[in-house]
Amino acid sequence: MDLDVTLLSRIQFAFTVSFHIVFPTLSLGLALLLAIIEGLWLKTGKEVYYFLYRFWVKIFALTFGMGVVSGIVLAFEFGTNFSRFAEFAGPVIGPLISVEVLTAFFLEAGFLGVMLFGWSKVGPKLHFTATMLVMLGTMNSAFWIIAANSWMHTPAGIVVEAGRVVVESWWDVIFNPSFPYRYFHMLLASYLTAATVMAGVSAWYLLKRQHISVAKRGLSIGLLAMAILAPTQAFVGDIHGLQVLRDQPIKVAAMEGIWETQKGVPLLLFALPNQEEERNDFEIAIPNLASIILTHDPNGEIKGLKEVAPEDRPNVAVVFWSFRMMVASGMALIAIALFGLLCRYRKTLYSSRFLHMGCVAVLPLGFVATLAGWFTAEVGRQPYTVYGLLRTADSVSPIDAYSVAISLTLFVVVYSILLVAYFYYLTKLIRKGPRYESPVEYVVEHVQLPTMRDRVDGAFIDREEGKHNGV
Amino acid sequence: MEFDFALISFAVIGFGLIMYVILDGFDLGVGILFPFASNEEVRDSMINSIAPVWDGNETWLIMGGAILFAGFPQAYAIVLPALYIPIMLMLFSLIFRGVAFEFRMKANESKFLWTAVFFAASFMAAFSQGLLLAGLIAGINVENGEFAGGPFDWVSPFALIVGLAMVCGYGLLGATWLIRKTEGDLLAMSFRASKIFLVAILIFMAIVSIYTPKLVPEIEARWFSGENIFYLLPAPILGLVCSVRLWIDLSTKREDSPFFWAIGLFLTGYLGLGVSFWPYIVPFEVTIWDAASPASSQLFLLIPILFIMPLTLAYSWYSYRVFRGKVTDVSGYSAHK
Ligand code: HDD
Ligand code: HEM
Ligand code: HEM
Repeated sequence: MDLDVTLLSRIQFAFTVSFHIVFPTLSLGLALLLAIIEGLWLKTGKEVYYFLYRFWVKIFALTFGMGVVSGIVLAFEFGTNFSRFAEFAGPVIGPLISVEVLTAFFLEAGFLGVMLFGWSKVGPKLHFTATMLVMLGTMNSAFWIIAANSWMHTPAGIVVEAGRVVVESWWDVIFNPSFPYRYFHMLLASYLTAATVMAGVSAWYLLKRQHISVAKRGLSIGLLAMAILAPTQAFVGDIHGLQVLRDQPIKVAAMEGIWETQKGVPLLLFALPNQEEERNDFEIAIPNLASIILTHDPNGEIKGLKEVAPEDRPNVAVVFWSFRMMVASGMALIAIALFGLLCRYRKTLYSSRFLHMGCVAVLPLGFVATLAGWFTAEVGRQPYTVYGLLRTADSVSPIDAYSVAISLTLFVVVYSILLVAYFYYLTKLIRKGPRYESPVEYVVEHVQLPTMRDRVDGAFIDREEGKHNGV
Repeated sequence: MEFDFALISFAVIGFGLIMYVILDGFDLGVGILFPFASNEEVRDSMINSIAPVWDGNETWLIMGGAILFAGFPQAYAIVLPALYIPIMLMLFSLIFRGVAFEFRMKANESKFLWTAVFFAASFMAAFSQGLLLAGLIAGINVENGEFAGGPFDWVSPFALIVGLAMVCGYGLLGATWLIRKTEGDLLAMSFRASKIFLVAILIFMAIVSIYTPKLVPEIEARWFSGENIFYLLPAPILGLVCSVRLWIDLSTKREDSPFFWAIGLFLTGYLGLGVSFWPYIVPFEVTIWDAASPASSQLFLLIPILFIMPLTLAYSWYSYRVFRGKVTDVSGYSAHK
C-alpha cells in the first residue's frame, strides 16, 4: 500500500492543532473571567465571588494543563513533519514563536503556580496581580501565534532569497493585512466561548437547584458577557469577511460556493458543492444577498472559483460547510444572549427554566464555532501553506510515511484517552461543585467579613431564591 | 564589521538547554524516583515539591526548540525529521506526564493509575532525551542540506546507554532536589537514592567517554590529537571534583549542597559535549554559520532576549522563592484540589 506523507502529515497537523485549540480557547476566556471575578471579590468583599473563583480556577487549571501538553507537540511538529516549510518560513515563524515563548509562556507558567497554589503564601493584591499576569500571558500568546498564522495567510514584509524568506520589515510581518481582524476575532471567540461555558454550567446547577448563590453569579456574569460579545463577534466577523474578500478572494468563493464570477450573487443557505463538475448539485438561495453582504451593493461582482486552475482551489465543500456551521453557531449564541437580556429586564433571569435549558443546550457551540472557523480559514488557504508562496506539497519533511502513519495513529489513540479523562475529571469537578470554605485567613483582615446569607449551599435556599424557586 | 548573531543565538540555545536539563531534569527525576517511595502520601509530598514550578521548567525546552527554529532553521529542518521517532516518544511522554499532574491530584480510586503513568512517562521522557542526544552524537545522514537517512538510523547500543545515563542523571538531580525540599523518611530515602544514582551515572559517563571517541573519529581527533587534551582536561577533572564533593556531602548528610554539586556534575558533562562539537550544530555536517537565519531575523530575536530574558529569570526566581523551604506544610498545595 502506498502511503502519502503529505496527506498523513496534514491530517496529523490538523488533528493535533484542532485538539490543542479547544483548550486555549477556554483558558484564554476563563483567564479574563477569573480576573474579573477576583476583581469583584476584592472590590465588594462578597464571599460568593471567592467561591466562584475557587471553583472556576480548578476548571481553568485542568484545561490549561491540557493546552500546555498539546501545545508542546505543535511547536515540534513544524520541524518533524513540515521541515521544508520550516526551512523556507523559519526566518519569520521561528522568531514569532520564540517571542511568544519569552513574552507569554514564561509569564503564564511563572504565575500560574502562584495563582493555583499561592493562596496562603502571598497576599490578596499579589494574588490578583498573578491572575492578571496569567491573563496577560494568554493574550500575548494569542497575539504572536495569530501573527505567525496570519502571515501565512497574507504574507507581507519579506522577500524570497535562496529558497527562504528574508524579512525586510518586521512591522509589516506582524501587522500583516489579515492580522488585526484575526486577532480580535480569535480573542472574542475565546471570551465568548468561556462565557457560554460559565453560563451553561451555572444554568445546569440552577436547573438541579444546587449551589444556588454561586450559580446565580455565574449565570449573570456569563450571560452579560455573552450579550456584549456575541453581537460584537458577528460584527467583527463581517468586517473580517470583507478583508478575506480583498486578500484571498478564492477563499471567499469557496465559503460562498460561487463557481462563476458574477454580479448580483445570491446567498446560499444550503448547497452541495461538487468539486469535480465545478458546480453545486443543489442550492437553496436568497437572491443578491451575498453581493449585498460582501460588496454592500445588490449588483456587486464577486470572483468565482473558476478564476483559478482546479489545482489551485481549496476543498469547497469543507470550507462552505464549516463557514456555515460557524455563522449558525454564532447566531444561536446571539439569540440566547438576547433572550438572557430580556429575562434580566423581566427579572426572570434566575427563574426561567426555558432560559436555563437554552444555556445548557448552547454550551458546546463556542467550541463548535471556533473549530469551524479555523477549518474555514485553514482549508480555505489550501493548496498553500504560505499563501501564494509555498505549496503544501512542497512543505513536508523528507521522511518515511510509515513513521507518520504510526505517530498519527498514536495521537488519535492517546488524545482520545486524554479527552475521556479530561471529561471524566471535568464532570467530577462540576458534580462536586464549589467548596464553601472560608477564604484563607488573611481575608479576615483585609476584606469585610462575609455574612451568613452569602454562605448558602445548595441544600439551603435563601429568602430571595425562595421567592423564585419555591413557587 | 559583521556582528556575529549566530554565535549569540547559539549561546542562548545553549543556555536554554542547560536550564532545561537542570530544571526539568530534577522534576523528571522526582518522577523517576516514584518506585522508591513507600506509599501514596510520600508520593504526594514528592509531587507537591515540584507542582508549582514544573510548567515553567518545561518552558525552557520549548524555548530551546523555538530559538533553534528561529536562529537556525536549516538545523531545525534536518534534526527533527531525522530523529522523528525519539522526538515523538519524548512528546508522548511529556503529554502523559503533564496531564498526570492534574489528573492524579483530582483522582481517588484511579490514583494508582496516574502514579504509574507519572513514573513511566518521566522515565521515558528522560530516556528519549538520551536517545536524541545519542542520535546527534552518532551523526545524521545529510545530503544537499537535507536529511537523507532512514527512520531508524538513530538505533544503536550506544543510544541505549546514553538513554539510561540520562535517566540516572535526572534521577540524581531529582533525589538531591528532594533532599533540599523534604524531611523524615522521604529525606532518608532521597539520600540513599542519590548515592545509588551517583554511582550509576559515573559508570555510564565512563562508558560513554570511552565509547564516543571510538564511534565518532572526529571527536577522537579533537580530544586526543596533539596537546588538545591538556586544554580539554579541566572538564573531566571538574566533573570528578563535583562527584567527590557530592559523595562527601551525601555521607555527612548535608541537605543544602548536594543539589548544587549534582548540577555541577551536569555542567561539566555539558561542557565536555560542547567542546566535542563546536562549532557544529548538526555534528560534523552543518556549522552554526551555515544554518543561521538571516540577520534581520537574528536581530529581531536578540532584542526580546536582551530585555525580556532578565525579567523572565527574575520572576521565575521569584516564584521559586514563594515556594521555598521544605514542603512540610502542604496546606498551600492541597488547597488546590
Ligand atoms: C502558526 C501556524 C498555525 C496556526 C496558529 C494554526 N495552523 Fe492550521 N495549519 C498550519 C499552521 C497553523 C500549517 C502548518 O501551515 C498547516 C499544516 C499543513 C498545511 O497545509 O497547513 C495547517 C493546516 C491545518 C489544517 C489542514 C488543512 C488541510 O490540510 O486541508 C487544519 C484543519 C488546521 N490547520 C486547523 C487549524 C486550527 C483548528 C487551528 C487553531 C489553532 C490552526 N489550524 C492554527
Ligand atoms: C500551530 C500553532 C500553535 C503552536 C505551535 C502552539 C504552541 C503552544 C505551546 C508550546 C504551548 C505550551 C506552553 C507552555 O508550556 O506553557 C501552548 C499553550 C497555549 N497556546 Fe498554543 N500553539 C499554537 C496555536 C495556538 C493558538 C491559535 C492559540 C490562541 C489563539 C494558542 C494559545 C495558547 C494559549 C493561551 C496557551 C496556554 C495554555 C492554555 O491556555 O491552554 N495556541 N501553545
Ligand atoms: C456570526 C457571524 C460570524 C462571521 C460573519 C464570521 C466570519 C468569519 C470569517 C469570514 C472567517 C474566515 C477568516 C479567514 O479565512 O481568514 C472566520 C474565521 C474564524 N471564526 Fe468567525 N465569524 C462569525 C462568528 C464566529 C463565532 C461565533 C466564533 C467563535 C465563537 C468564530 C470563530 C472564528 C475563528 C476561531 C476563526 C478562525 C480564525 C480567523 O481566521 O480569524 N466566528 N470568521
